[in-house]
Amino acid sequence: MNLTTQKNYRKFVLGLSIAVMAAVVIAVSSWPSQAQGNSEVTLIKNATILTVTKGTIQNGSVLIRNGKIAEVGTNIQAPAGATVIDGTGMFVMPGIIDCHSHIAVDGGVNEGSISVSSMANILDVLNPVDIDIYRDLAGGVTSANVLHGSANAIGGQTTVIKLRWGQPAEKLVFEGALPGIKFALGENPKRSNSTVLPGQPRRYPATRMGVEDVIRQAFTEAVEYKKKWENYNRRKATGELNLIPPRRDLRLDPLVEVLEGKRYVHSHCYVADEILMLIRVANEFGFKVRTFQHVLEGYKVAKEMAAHGAGGSTFSDWWAYKLEAYDAIPYNAALMTQKGVIVSINSDDAEEAQHLNQEAAKTMKYGGLSHDEALKLVTINPAKQLGIDNRVGSIEVGKDADLVIYNHDPLSVYAVVQKSIIDGKVYFDRQKDIANRAEIAKEKQALLDKERQAGAGRGGRGPGGGRGPGDSIQDREE
Amino acid sequence: MRARDVRSILSALVLAACALGVWSFYATDRARADEPSTFAIKNARIVPVSGAVIPNGTVVISHGLIQAVGANATIPPDARVIDGTGLTVYPGLIDAGTDVGLGALAAPAAAAAGRGGGGGGGRGATGGNVPISRGPEDRPGTTPWENAADQLLSTDARMATWRNSGFTTGLVIPRNGIFPGHAALVNFGAADRTDELVVKAPAALPVNPQGGRGEFTGFPGALMGQISYVRQVFMDAQWYAQAQQIYEAHPQGNERPAYDHTNAVIGHVIANKELVMFPSQTDVQILRALKLAPTFGVRWALTGAQQGYEVSDAIKAANIPVIVNVNWPVAAAAGAGGGGGGGRGGGGDTPEPLRTLRFRDRAPSTPGVLVKAAVKIAFMSGGVANPRDILRNVSKSIAAGLPADAAIRALTFGAAEILGVSDRLGTIEPGKIANLVVTDGDIFADTTKMKWVFVDGRPFIPPPVPDVPAAGRGGGGAASDISGSWNITFTTDQGSMQANATFQMAADGTVGGSVSSPYGTAPVTRGTVTGNQFSITISLLLNGQSVDILLSGALNGNQMTGTFGSPDGTSIPFTGTRPRAGAEEVRR
Repeated sequence: MNLTTQKNYRKFVLGLSIAVMAAVVIAVSSWPSQAQGNSEVTLIKNATILTVTKGTIQNGSVLIRNGKIAEVGTNIQAPAGATVIDGTGMFVMPGIIDCHSHIAVDGGVNEGSISVSSMANILDVLNPVDIDIYRDLAGGVTSANVLHGSANAIGGQTTVIKLRWGQPAEKLVFEGALPGIKFALGENPKRSNSTVLPGQPRRYPATRMGVEDVIRQAFTEAVEYKKKWENYNRRKATGELNLIPPRRDLRLDPLVEVLEGKRYVHSHCYVADEILMLIRVANEFGFKVRTFQHVLEGYKVAKEMAAHGAGGSTFSDWWAYKLEAYDAIPYNAALMTQKGVIVSINSDDAEEAQHLNQEAAKTMKYGGLSHDEALKLVTINPAKQLGIDNRVGSIEVGKDADLVIYNHDPLSVYAVVQKSIIDGKVYFDRQKDIANRAEIAKEKQALLDKERQAGAGRGGRGPGGGRGPGDSIQDREE
Repeated sequence: MRARDVRSILSALVLAACALGVWSFYATDRARADEPSTFAIKNARIVPVSGAVIPNGTVVISHGLIQAVGANATIPPDARVIDGTGLTVYPGLIDAGTDVGLGALAAPAAAAAGRGGGGGGGRGATGGNVPISRGPEDRPGTTPWENAADQLLSTDARMATWRNSGFTTGLVIPRNGIFPGHAALVNFGAADRTDELVVKAPAALPVNPQGGRGEFTGFPGALMGQISYVRQVFMDAQWYAQAQQIYEAHPQGNERPAYDHTNAVIGHVIANKELVMFPSQTDVQILRALKLAPTFGVRWALTGAQQGYEVSDAIKAANIPVIVNVNWPVAAAAGAGGGGGGGRGGGGDTPEPLRTLRFRDRAPSTPGVLVKAAVKIAFMSGGVANPRDILRNVSKSIAAGLPADAAIRALTFGAAEILGVSDRLGTIEPGKIANLVVTDGDIFADTTKMKWVFVDGRPFIPPPVPDVPAAGRGGGGAASDISGSWNITFTTDQGSMQANATFQMAADGTVGGSVSSPYGTAPVTRGTVTGNQFSITISLLLNGQSVDILLSGALNGNQMTGTFGSPDGTSIPFTGTRPRAGAEEVRR
């Protein structure tokens, strides 16, 4: 249903309800938006709407109904009782999608003990009270691909989340988004820059060749494991009795899912030859690499990446922080884009995620991307890379109302997020945040005073005593 | 007449015992044949928990069991009669989660090494160093076949201090590991054969996903690895049971399922519906556990659960009992130990988040909130050093809304019910084990004294308890002073190495300072010296990850010998010397 027809439909319903109000009052009240009350309806008006995929609308409006974008245009009237946000002088863009994040993870992002840690799953350790969620939300991020660290050739399982601050862990999960798995190539999985604890052996692999070997070994095992299950299921289906089922292996299950196309591979990488190596290995085993992450030498092999169908998720201009990052150039995102790679710019870092809009803007200077092309790097492109572009990444009717309101053009250094909206609900409001600070400070002081008066510490102090929730130290590698 | 004589002798003895400071009058290790075995406490207020309070009644116990209770219970002629005027009789209290009975805390590294802290190389076979675990197949930190009942040490003085504070029974949980072994329900009586103290073994299977390991020190390091490991173990056990059953009936044409000790034991736990204890502290962790544990196919209970006040509805919906850890969180003492203290979450420069402050404020409200939500609860001391703090901390919960009768129920019948022994413990009813506490007032009042404690029918008279932490300080006199600069030498596979340590020790034996080595400078995060034994943990930053290293050993003047222990069980010996001049300078 396009804009016009939907409008007509609404008019029709409205007309109908007026005409036969007495008779069909029940039917009308079952119309979702009416039934749930107008609190579910929000109109952002008089703003510059950066749809990303359908151009820019000056002095435009976005109507949100039940968490979805219901209308986008220039002349939308607010339904009675709708919440109206005056966007005069403001810019509305789709919520930023961070394709490489390590926020909201409890108890370490690396299962760094072994080279294939695919049994570890970010989904199990999502921490909805990690303050980084709120901070990134304040930077306009509404969805993030939460990844395991890069200490292993094959790392843990990854999860796409929406930054629904205040909701429990299971509500963070981006419904329907395909899960992923983290791979890593180069210095991190071969532990080049790590100190070996006294008394412990160095972990295999120690070379780039070894990294390839580990991946190949793991998939060889996965293929074998898959066959075992297929064989069992086949025999069982033919009516054979008393068969012992194969043992479920949580390490190999996700690799089978990769082989079956049910799980995306997001591979941390730097140098060109390793990117080609992974493409070869993937082709050999018949799976796809969904994204190459960081991929600072992607510009050298962009054609091959595009041919494989792999996206590139990179940094704007972060470089030379280790040997394999020496060949990085700030033109990487633009060059890969020009070769037909779907490119995103990611944060890898809770602080960096607070200004991904500015990171995207740099590609206009380095590589001459257009305004829309630059915006795409943090909106529709990461959405495509994560397979969620049918839901988010642009301002289009029917998509999730995941929006950010800036006070300036988001690609300007003066742009500051005013509101971050997910599913039509305001999860960050700058004015409210500022207004709440005094109250929070007051409550904190009161609690501290109370504690001091009680002469804290009579009770025993046990393991974890004094460490509150959300204080977990989160160690991470890119 | 004869009873009278005995009574006067008894009271004389009590006086003498008190005067001499003997802590437990009857508590010789071995029961004496001429020891009385029948007692009657009369004219006492009785809180049977199973029913209404008896304002003035009698409890008769005989040969370790409760024989009669009531306002008009008949006192047998051979009973030693205790006048309970002004006294209250409660069922013995149950600490539903403790390491009391296992002896003073062993050095974690040594303990880990001794019990499958790492790989398949067997238990402590190499005298300390355990191979790094390479995955679930190495069954890291997994010894579910162990049983706390077999690890009890009659020399653990804390059994007496717990008893003297009214705790007659504890669920003793083995230390160290992800599956450290079965917990045992133990009466804190006195016996040189600790086997006599065991009420039920195995009583529960504790699971501790966070074995205190680091991200880079053997599988599983990160929490997500630990969770995946626990999940794999339960899946393996379920599979093994099924595979074994099919194989036994149809061996021909089926591959033999490989024997696995862990699978066999956990399979038994599942089949017998043994209680599995799953720890979680915060609301986030509790919700995580509520999602994870039901997949194990076991009967289970939450332990810890101090932030349960946030998620009581979800806990109720899951219909599981909760063993609340009363070791309420407190602010870290500023500058504890003279350096390196403070640490995370408090005392340092970083202001604590509101969430942390709220948690500390509201944690004691958890029991009340859970009881209101009709969740079954018990209490565990969970690391409390001074047993008097258990009741003090429960009192905080009462102040925060827990009805006092629900509190006493949780400490007695509630715990017994959760642990499956409500048919023998937890109330004052005929036929049950004679574990009783006799107080001179409301058990939760801070001024109340424990006058008598009965364990398995044997009487103990608690001494006036000095209000100091009693943990693990089993003699040895004053702590040797470790303060000063130390030159430390140790050998690794990378050759001989030097480190320099600077320690400051406070009067109470806590240690601060730092250790510098080729691996960097690591602050002391906690440390104590007891007698001449030291146990100091330093936090070493390796590859951007902090790793806890434990220095443990003995002081001998200006010499020390000990080991560095890393979380995976690696243990490296060292020697240290303290140049005299430096020592003098720093000493207070």
